[in-house]
Amino acid sequence: MSAKARILDKLRHSLAGTEALPDDFDETLVTEPWRYPPEQRMARLRELMEAVRTEIHLTDQTRWPALLADLLAKKQLTRLLIAPRTDHGRQLSEHWQHRSDAPALHAYDRPVEEWKHELFHDTPASLTGTVGAIAATGSLILCPDRHEPRLMSLVPPVHFALLRASTIHDNLYEAQRALNWRAGMPTNALLISGPSKTADIEQVLAYGAHGPKDLVVLILEDA
Amino acid sequence: MSQPARIPLRDEFNSRARDALGDAQLRRNFRGAMDSLMEKRAAAFSDADERERLRTLGNHIRARALSRLPDLLEQLESNLTANGIQVHWAETTEQANRIVLDIAERRQARQVIKGKSMVSEEMDMNHVLADHGIECLESDMGEYIIQLDHEKPSHIIMPAIHKNADQVARLFERELGEPYTRDVNELIQTGRRILRQKFFDADIGVSGVNFAVAETGTLVLVENEGNGRMSTTVPKVHIAVTGIEKVVAHLRDVVPLLSLLTRSALGQPITTYINMISRPRQAGERDGPEEVHLVLLDNGRSQAFADGELRQTLNCIRCGACMNHCPVYTRVGGHTYGEVYPGPIGAIITPHLVGLDKVPDHPSASSLCGACGEVCPVRIPIPSLLRRLREENVSRPDPGHAVMRGQGSKYSALESTVWKLWRTLYTRPLLYRLFRFFATRLRALTPSRLGPWTEHRGAPKPAARSLHELARKHLEQSR
Repeated sequence: MSAKARILDKLRHSLAGTEALPDDFDETLVTEPWRYPPEQRMARLRELMEAVRTEIHLTDQTRWPALLADLLAKKQLTRLLIAPRTDHGRQLSEHWQHRSDAPALHAYDRPVEEWKHELFHDTPASLTGTVGAIAATGSLILCPDRHEPRLMSLVPPVHFALLRASTIHDNLYEAQRALNWRAGMPTNALLISGPSKTADIEQVLAYGAHGPKDLVVLILEDA
Repeated sequence: MSQPARIPLRDEFNSRARDALGDAQLRRNFRGAMDSLMEKRAAAFSDADERERLRTLGNHIRARALSRLPDLLEQLESNLTANGIQVHWAETTEQANRIVLDIAERRQARQVIKGKSMVSEEMDMNHVLADHGIECLESDMGEYIIQLDHEKPSHIIMPAIHKNADQVARLFERELGEPYTRDVNELIQTGRRILRQKFFDADIGVSGVNFAVAETGTLVLVENEGNGRMSTTVPKVHIAVTGIEKVVAHLRDVVPLLSLLTRSALGQPITTYINMISRPRQAGERDGPEEVHLVLLDNGRSQAFADGELRQTLNCIRCGACMNHCPVYTRVGGHTYGEVYPGPIGAIITPHLVGLDKVPDHPSASSLCGACGEVCPVRIPIPSLLRRLREENVSRPDPGHAVMRGQGSKYSALESTVWKLWRTLYTRPLLYRLFRFFATRLRALTPSRLGPWTEHRGAPKPAARSLHELARKHLEQSR
C-alpha cells in the first residue's frame, strides 16, 4: 500500500460513522466591518499603506509618466525595468521618447535565465501595474503573467506600482469575487502591502529585508 | 558553510527550565518581546465582539475542513495535479526527506534555499540534506541567525526572539567577519546582501504552506520579508512541505483565517506579502519555477485525528499567540521545550509527533491559567487538551487500543493504588467516617516529607477534629 493510501485509510477509519460538518460561513463577518463609502476607500488604503512606509502619489491617466520621471530623478534612479507589452509599458515608452532627460528603460522581454545577473545586480527600480487593491488591509493585488513577470515586483530595490482608483475593493472577500478567482486562479496571485520588512531582531522593524526597500504607488484617479 | 553541530535536544525539561530561569538576559529578551506581541494583538482586535465572532468562524472553518479531511486532500491533489503541481505523500519525516532528496538528486542540486517552514524543522531537513552534500540555507532573517549559531527556533513566528541585537552583532562578527554593529537596520542589510546571492545561486527553493485550498489547487504563503517569494520564484524548482491538516475547502475560507492569523500573530491587519501559488511557470512565462512539488506529511497527525477531542489540535494555524500569552513559555523560553514546537501548542502537538513518552513533562509545563485557550484564533481548547494529555500520561493503554504512542509513561502503581483507595474511602460513608476518626486522632503520625511537594512547602496535616465533629459540638453547647 502506498503512503497516500495508508494515510487516507487511517483518516477514513477515524471518520467512520461521522458526518461532514455543515458549511455555515457567514460572509457578513468578513465584509460588513470592512466596508467603506466610495469617497473614503482611497483614504483608508492610503492610511494603511503609508503606516508601513509606502509612498503614495495621486495622479491621472495622462500625467503619470511625467510624474514618474520626476520621482526617478528625485531618487537618482537612472534605470527602470518595465514590461514592454503591457499598456502602461507602451504608454511610458512612447511618452519618454520625447524626453531627453528621462531615465533609461529596460524591458523584461526574455526568460530570467538570460539576464538573471543583471536583474539581481543592475536593476535599481521597476514599474508594474496592479489588478486592484484592498482598502480593508491596505493591499495591492498583482497577478504577474507572461507580459509582466513575477520577479519585477520583488527583486529591484524600488518598486513603482500603478493603481487605478476605480479598482480599489473594500475587502479581500469582495476582491476574490470580483476577480472570479474561484473559477480559476492565476499562476501566481499576490497581495502586496508595503515594502518588504522584518522585525526578527529584537522586534525592531526594519524595511528592505529581501524584497523592495521602497514601494511607491501611483494612484490614477479615474473614478 | 561548515557542517553544523547537532544539538542534543531531548533531555530533561526541568533542568533546562532551571537554566533558562536563571538567565537574566534570556528572561528580559522574552519578556520584552512577549509583552509587545500581546499589546499589538490586543490593539489589532479592538472590537471584542468582532474578534469573538471571527474566532468562532475560524473554528468552524477548520473543524469543517477536518470533518472532510480525506476527501479534501484528494480534491486538493487532483486540482494541484491538474494545475501541474506534483503532489507527494509521506507518513514519516524519513519518507518526506527521501522525497526531497530524490528531487534534489534528479535535478543534481547542490544548494537549497529555504523560506520559513516549521514542517521542514520537523523533518530536520537542513541536516539531512547536509549529510548528502547539499547545502540547505535558511532565508528568513530569524531562521538565518539561529542557523548560523547552530540553534533551533525558540518561537514559531519569531525564531530568534531569544537573542538581542548585541548577540546577533557578535554572531555576525564571529561567523561572517562583519564589523560589529548593534544597528538593526545594518544587521538586516548584511543578511539581505548575503542571502540575495544565495537566492541567486540556489537550485531548489523550499517553503512551507499556510493554507492549501482544495477547490482551486492553490498554496497560500504568508510572510513579511519576501524571502518566501524569493524561495518560491527564483530557483528552478520549488518544493513546498506541509502537514496534512493545512487544507481548507474554499478560497473564501482563507479570508477570515488570514485575518485571524496575522492579527493574532503580529497584530498586523495583513502581512506584506500574501503569495498564492497555483501553477509552475507556464509556456511563455519568463520566470517562476519550472517544477512545483507539494509534500504532504502525516508524522503523527493522523493519530491526533483519530480521537475526536485531540483532533482539535489540528485546527492550529500556527500563529504563536498561545506562546506569546503563556506565563510558562515567557519565563522558560522556547528552547526549554527541546522540540520543534514550543509553548502551549507545542505541548499538545509534540506528543503526537514524537510520542508522549519522549515529552512527558510538556503537558505539565502549564499553570492551566487558560490564557492560551482564550487567545487561540481557532478556539482550540488547549487547557482541556493539556489536562487530557496529563491523563494519558498516567493511563496504561488498553491492549490494542492505545490512544497515542508513548502513553502511560508516568504510570505508577503506588500512585494508582493511592487514588483507588481514596475513591473507595470517599464513596463509602462508613469507611469514610472510620478514616476520618483515625486520621484526626493519629495526625501526629502523618509523614512530614512528601517528595517534591515538601521541598518548598509544609506537609498537609489533618486537623485535630473534623468539621463535622466541631459542628456537632458547637450545636450541643449552644442548645
